[in-house]
Amino acid sequence: MSNFDRRSVLKAGLGGAALLAGPGIVPVRAAEWTNVPEANASIRVLRWKQFIQAEYDKFAEQAKKFSEKTGVKVKLEAESWDDIRPKAAVAANVGAGPDLIIGTLDDPHKFPEKLIDMTDVADYLGKQYGGWYPVAERYGKKGNSWIAIPQGATGGCLNYRISHVKAAGFDEFPKDTDGFLKLCQALKKNNTPAGFALGHATGDANGWCQWALWAFGGKVVNDKNEVVIDSPETIAALEYVKQLYATFIPGVLSWNDSNNNKAFLNGELSLTLNGISIWTVGKNSPDPKQQEIAKDMNHAQMPIGPVGVSTEQQNILVYYGYKHSKYPKAVKEFIKFMMDKENYDAWEVASNGYVSPPLPAYNDNPVWTSDPKITPYRDCLKRCRDNGYAGDLGYASAAVMGDFVVVDMFAEAATGSVTPKEAAARAAERAKRYYQV
Amino acid sequence: MAVMAESAVAQVKRSSMWTRAFESRNFLGAMFMVPAIAILILFLAYPLALGLWLGMTDTKIGGVGRYIGFGNFVSLAKDSVFWLSVFNTIFYTFAASIVKFAIGLYLALLLNERLPFKSMVRAIVLLPFVVPTVLSAIAFWWIYDSQFSIISWVLLKAGLITHYIDFLGDPWNARWSVVAANIWRGVPFVAITLLAGLQTISPSLYEAANLDGATNLQRFRHITLPMLSPIIAVVMTFSVLMTFTDFQLIYTITRGGPINATHLMATLSFQRAITGGNLGEGAAISNAMIPFLVAAILLSFFGLQRSRWQQGGRD
Repeated sequence: MSNFDRRSVLKAGLGGAALLAGPGIVPVRAAEWTNVPEANASIRVLRWKQFIQAEYDKFAEQAKKFSEKTGVKVKLEAESWDDIRPKAAVAANVGAGPDLIIGTLDDPHKFPEKLIDMTDVADYLGKQYGGWYPVAERYGKKGNSWIAIPQGATGGCLNYRISHVKAAGFDEFPKDTDGFLKLCQALKKNNTPAGFALGHATGDANGWCQWALWAFGGKVVNDKNEVVIDSPETIAALEYVKQLYATFIPGVLSWNDSNNNKAFLNGELSLTLNGISIWTVGKNSPDPKQQEIAKDMNHAQMPIGPVGVSTEQQNILVYYGYKHSKYPKAVKEFIKFMMDKENYDAWEVASNGYVSPPLPAYNDNPVWTSDPKITPYRDCLKRCRDNGYAGDLGYASAAVMGDFVVVDMFAEAATGSVTPKEAAARAAERAKRYYQV
Repeated sequence: MAVMAESAVAQVKRSSMWTRAFESRNFLGAMFMVPAIAILILFLAYPLALGLWLGMTDTKIGGVGRYIGFGNFVSLAKDSVFWLSVFNTIFYTFAASIVKFAIGLYLALLLNERLPFKSMVRAIVLLPFVVPTVLSAIAFWWIYDSQFSIISWVLLKAGLITHYIDFLGDPWNARWSVVAANIWRGVPFVAITLLAGLQTISPSLYEAANLDGATNLQRFRHITLPMLSPIIAVVMTFSVLMTFTDFQLIYTITRGGPINATHLMATLSFQRAITGGNLGEGAAISNAMIPFLVAAILLSFFGLQRSRWQQGGRD
């Protein structure tokens, strides 16, 4: 935390407080909150395992504060994302386990009937803070009621080496897919290549492959949940990625979520998609070489393709409570408490901008502008689509992602093991197995 | 008084019934078998039956399934990824088992000779088997890394290659790489078990052969191999079963990539059932492994039959 010491946090905090008091943030009409937690309530909360200790510590501290304020006992547990997914499903199946889970993406949409209706929490937060991002609403809502409350996203942005991009002839990071391809080609020529995971990397590979598919107008399903991935738009995306793949560092086909971190911090990789972790690790590293890399790197949003809008896919985090809980009101109270701006802001500062907020009103957190390199991560929810696009979130969208249908399609076409046309046809066949049930 | 006498008679009757029951061999035998049967049913038969049932349903994680008969298998039959995983599993099992057997037998024969520091060498041979699978898998993951591979680094420094080997990024490279990792891990089991087998062969047989002027090769061919064959049958059955159902190595090193080239049936089953949420289909993939496993067990069964014949009985 070399350029983010306690003093600057303090200053930033004061600035945030001043903003809070200013007229900009005063809600149009005060939202009502009448929920009262059950007497002697005690809840079990299972959340994703932290990557930044300070973030978890703050979360635990706030949970403790919540207990002191409301008398609700909170038992906090953390596990890696991959393990939360099956546990959440089993909890839904057997009607026992945690009262509240903070998990990822479309998990709550796989068992919506088992979940506590969160409409009042969502309405309160939405009204209080001027509305949710549309994608947050997509993840939170099933039909007309909310089944989950988005916590934000552990966002991904392009990580690039400033000097290498400059040496490739780009003073500014390209904003469209054409410029992006030219940049990657120039980087390859300079022997400072880009690299994006094309293995079974849940976060990284799905992230950029979905982006590429959508950037050219392709999609797995249409709004009637009919599989339409075998389309000219998809093939255009595959042709594009094939050109892109030719510029990548060797081995991306075997990469999982951590390979690009290692290669980037070792100076072998000049451009990749990642969370803010590479920069944070580099900045705090005792190794002067890694510190140098952190200084020479910056972040950018994914370029915009022929469709003309941002088409990112981000790892959305969601709160969802189970109907089997004896204390649904305490569960709601907990979410409301943790999501209230004051607490969320303090937590965000502790995490150093690790989670992109789901409510635009939370963008004024000074942590986002404390270093311009953090700022691109702020708007992840503004720029992304839900992983079921353009159909519904649910069992099929989760299964298609879990089975790496889109990633495999891009990998097959990029390596030339089959033609783009064949790869799209195969992906359609695989996706249909899930969407037809 | 009369009441007391009556109850005493009844007691005598009851106790004699118990005593008689406990004296009966059949009853006692059955009683002693109860714990074993209970354990078998609870921990083996029930999960297996549940797995078989799940494979016939469309159960999603977190939901209740409907019976769909062979629906999962029909759908899997049309799934190219499933067939690829079947091919990968068979390839993985055969390639790894054959090499494991060859190296294991060679090591066992070596260790059976008089060696300096014999027990220490034997302990060292067992090491790969002692290291937890996931840890050794992570080590292999680093060894095969596309940017940091020690093998590539050494070869590059030695001037034998010009760029890093893409161990896990090319389908066939990846298949051989995971096979190599499995061999490293599986050899000690084969070697140590075969060594135990070798030590049960009576030295007098070799002495007799020596007197008859048998060569080394003849002694191996006509004494060692036949005497060892029952052990070989058991070891190879276990080795094949363990390789066929391997999960940890693949899941840690490649997660089934690149483009599903190393997906085994076990890892695909997990991906479909747990990550993808389709419990029924995942169970069906697991069930599809059963015929292969039964075939391996039958093979060993006949191997054991042969051993009876070797000991003087009839085939």
